Amino acid sequence: MSERVAVRKTYKLFIGGKFPRSESGRSYLVQSSNVSLASRKDARDAVVAARAAVKGWAGATAYNRGQILYRAAEMLEGRREQFVALGIPGDEVDAAVDRWVWYAGWADKLAQVYGGANPVAGPYFNISAPEPTGVVAVVAPERPALLGLVSVIAPAIVTGNTVVVAASPSEPLAAVTLAEVLATSDLPGGVVNILTGAITETAPALAAHMDVNAIDLTGVTDASLATELEVKAAENLKRVLRPAPAGHDWSGDPGVTRMTALLETKTVWHPKGV
Amino acid sequence: MFEYAPAPESRSVVDLKPSYGLFIDGAFVDPTDGGSFKSINPASEEVLAEIAEAGAQDVERAVRAARTAYDKVWGPMPGRDRAKYLYRIARLIQERSRELAVLESLDNGKPIRESRDVDLPLVAAHFFYYAGWADKLEHAGFGPNPRPIGVAAQVIPWNFPLLMLAWKIAPALAAGNTVVLKPAETTPLTALLFAEICQQADLPAGVVNIVTGAGDTGRALVEHPGVDKVAFTGSTEVGRAIARSVAGTSKKLTLELGGKAANIVFDDAPIDQAVEGIVNGIFFNQGHVCCAGSRLLVQENVADRVLESLKRRMAQLRVGDPLDKNTDVGAINSAAQLERIRELSDAGSAEGAERWSPPCELPEQGFWFAPTIFTGVTQAHRIAREEIFGPVLSVLTFRTPAEAVEKANNTPYGLSAGIWTDKGSRILWMADRLRAGVVWANTFNKFDPTSPFGGYKESGYGREGGRHGLEGYLNV
Amino acid sequence: MTATTTSARSDLSELGRSETALRTFLHGLPGVDQVGAEQRAAQLGTRSIKTTAKAQAIDLAIRMVDLTTLEGADTPGKVRALAAKALRPDPADPSCPHVGAVCVYPAMVPYVAEVLGGSGVHLASVATAFPSGQAPLEIKLADTRAAVAAGADEIDMVINRGAFLAGRYKEVYDEIVATKEACGDAHLKVILETGELATYDNVRRASWLAMLAGGDFIKTSTGKVPVAATLPVTLVMLEAVRDFRAATGRQVGVKPAGGIKTTKDAIKYLVMVNETVGPDWLDPDWFRFGASSLLNDLLMQRTKLTTGVYSGPDYFTLD
Repeated sequence: MSERVAVRKTYKLFIGGKFPRSESGRSYLVQSSNVSLASRKDARDAVVAARAAVKGWAGATAYNRGQILYRAAEMLEGRREQFVALGIPGDEVDAAVDRWVWYAGWADKLAQVYGGANPVAGPYFNISAPEPTGVVAVVAPERPALLGLVSVIAPAIVTGNTVVVAASPSEPLAAVTLAEVLATSDLPGGVVNILTGAITETAPALAAHMDVNAIDLTGVTDASLATELEVKAAENLKRVLRPAPAGHDWSGDPGVTRMTALLETKTVWHPKGV
Repeated sequence: MFEYAPAPESRSVVDLKPSYGLFIDGAFVDPTDGGSFKSINPASEEVLAEIAEAGAQDVERAVRAARTAYDKVWGPMPGRDRAKYLYRIARLIQERSRELAVLESLDNGKPIRESRDVDLPLVAAHFFYYAGWADKLEHAGFGPNPRPIGVAAQVIPWNFPLLMLAWKIAPALAAGNTVVLKPAETTPLTALLFAEICQQADLPAGVVNIVTGAGDTGRALVEHPGVDKVAFTGSTEVGRAIARSVAGTSKKLTLELGGKAANIVFDDAPIDQAVEGIVNGIFFNQGHVCCAGSRLLVQENVADRVLESLKRRMAQLRVGDPLDKNTDVGAINSAAQLERIRELSDAGSAEGAERWSPPCELPEQGFWFAPTIFTGVTQAHRIAREEIFGPVLSVLTFRTPAEAVEKANNTPYGLSAGIWTDKGSRILWMADRLRAGVVWANTFNKFDPTSPFGGYKESGYGREGGRHGLEGYLNV
Repeated sequence: MTATTTSARSDLSELGRSETALRTFLHGLPGVDQVGAEQRAAQLGTRSIKTTAKAQAIDLAIRMVDLTTLEGADTPGKVRALAAKALRPDPADPSCPHVGAVCVYPAMVPYVAEVLGGSGVHLASVATAFPSGQAPLEIKLADTRAAVAAGADEIDMVINRGAFLAGRYKEVYDEIVATKEACGDAHLKVILETGELATYDNVRRASWLAMLAGGDFIKTSTGKVPVAATLPVTLVMLEAVRDFRAATGRQVGVKPAGGIKTTKDAIKYLVMVNETVGPDWLDPDWFRFGASSLLNDLLMQRTKLTTGVYSGPDYFTLD
């Protein structure tokens, strides 16, 4: 009896809930797999998909978003071995699952912690509430490949933003596999879009894109590239999260700042009268 | 006819010096290179005082003084003592409020009714509010031991000179930072009087430094490597340049920039109050307000009625001497601003919008622009897209709530919006969808120190006011 | 809203025929935001009226005073003295104008009429079971007719607040129509008793109701309930008369009454009239103050303007 020939996976981009190849037709080799090498046009398509998803995702109830993030944790738990096979340590996968769970619970709590009633000196009802900023471009950290990725995606989307993630060029397999997790988690298409390939190609396009509201430079290690991206981001005054310091500990309590940095505060006034 | 006799507020409460130095390290000093400029009264073009222009070396001195004060005095000082200095400043502002109000109207051109009844009470309230935070920061929701950032560079505009100073300095000091503040070149005087108040309060030297000057001074300040935090209020164009200049540094940045707010009036609105809100929205402070309701979106089936009421109401606006207690609309702040308002208004006419102003006699001296509305405006007109920053209202119509939201959001700005309707659920539906940092429903242009203020999109980032306003001055 | 469209002009007279039509119309009027209305009124209150403008305002206010006494203890002597004061408020100064009217109970009308004669000072009488209005309609109408017959040329009636608050608008309307008819040539002022109407929305509706039914004036208060005239209530009523004239072409007057005691208060009202409805209403034919002690303060301030020194109550008559 001959040994079964395995069916190999094709690693493609994740845009608008689908897995297209790069429109450029290019790929590059990582761990013996051909991975799509995303172009600037792919970045543009991803932004269009992300923008289209904002209305539904930001408009979903917080409870619903929390359910979907929790669902992502469930799906990731079930695919633990796939990540281990890619070389991700088992406890990192566990930590990544736990991080989805942690952020899932924030969905319907952050507005209470970060917003509230303001006691203005007059006959007005006045309340401040956080809202998602919109489309967020994210440069994912290289390591830890899975936990780092989850740690930048989850805080961005839990509040209702949609993301276009430039995955680490050296760790695209975990990113695409995570995309498969998300594709089966009831997450609406376009909420998370993942580009594999060269950061130097996709990130500048995202930083300069006028329909992107914020950029998270966490994974940018080249200081001059980070500066270049921040300068480009200034063109439409994107909210900017600067690169994480070298050696950032991803295993600790993430705190709320990764969420709040990608929020707007809206304050509504109304007179009180009869 | 019932003609109101002139009711001028007395100028005698203000003791203007012929010239003012820079306020650095607790004392007024001459600028290193001796440069100066004049601050004029925009209502008369009379020179009010000669103001020192800070050069790069002066900025250096100021930042160094702020750093030393941060390291040696203000940083280590217990919050309860910082609080007491801020309370002291708040009280001094209340005590000298008439003097400050008159000076503000002289230097800025805004009506005394507004500087007296709006600006000054809010300035004092802002210091009172943040004073109370200074010893409670660990309860502000930013972790158990939030730390200040260090030296804050603050650049403020000319439309609410002292109020913008308060919005910048009060939270910065409460959080434990020291500041170098640059007031606008056309309105430096109340900031310099504030410096005197700091002296009167025995605020430790170097905690507040005021450097006067124009764009170059501001640039030197925000680009100074010794600065840890930059806070700017002003045009989106300058905000963009500042965002570029801090790229690659560790400076924390907050920006409060331009706006093109939609003030949306539905057919079931309380019309008389809506008309007041429209007038207050665009003619308050001569329309020199970043959150001004400069686009009136009125439901088509009540447009005629609302416009008729609006025009009748506009005819009651009293334009003239800012120091007259009955003036509603004062002087345009500068010749340059007047030129910009004229240019955009002319563009409105050239693009085919219909222009209307009530009959109103403008003084010959000084910078004046009659309250103006444009009807027949579409989203394609420049006057519907660009911030005019003057008493000019563009009127557009809509048919459905969804169309109103779409038009309101169709701008790169996102600072504020207004909604007028008697239907509660519609207010909440609209408020959810408007991409703006402040939504006034059945009111407009209301401010309070407890209420966070700031924009979406190209109107900037960060919030001023409230608990949120601390965040920009803490290391979180 | 239909209120100011020209096509509505012919329609309004039909409204009183049905409860439904009245209700639909009154509830279709734009709402009033309490906070916004009060802020506008307060803002107008900050106007600074000095020197010549103040002198002009004081004389106008004196001419607008409905010098009022509505006490159970009123006697012929008391009201004669009041009428004398109405004719010559400041006996020391012949340039001082007379007041707009004297306002008394129906039983006192004959004594006031003797004094006022053909002086040009109007004679107003409250009627319709003032102040509560809680009497059968026939009695209210008889009350009105008696006052007119005794010499009153202005009647201050009260609306049926109970019916209004219960939503029986047609009943209120019909009473006003009937009273207007009973007035004959006398002018009818309709007291809304705004202190009992509770909301500005109600004040606006009651104002329109009174105007639709033929009232010549709308008046805030009887002075007999805790909340009398206020600036915001008067603002809402001024907006109503302004809009009513735009809709129908008919001008209706406004009379705040009760609680207006000082010159400063009175000037705030005049500023409000000036900037809300304009000079057409700055006349005793179209705006009145229902007041008693206000007059002496106006006189004291008037003297201060002429002499430059503050006066005191001892120098003015007490009636």
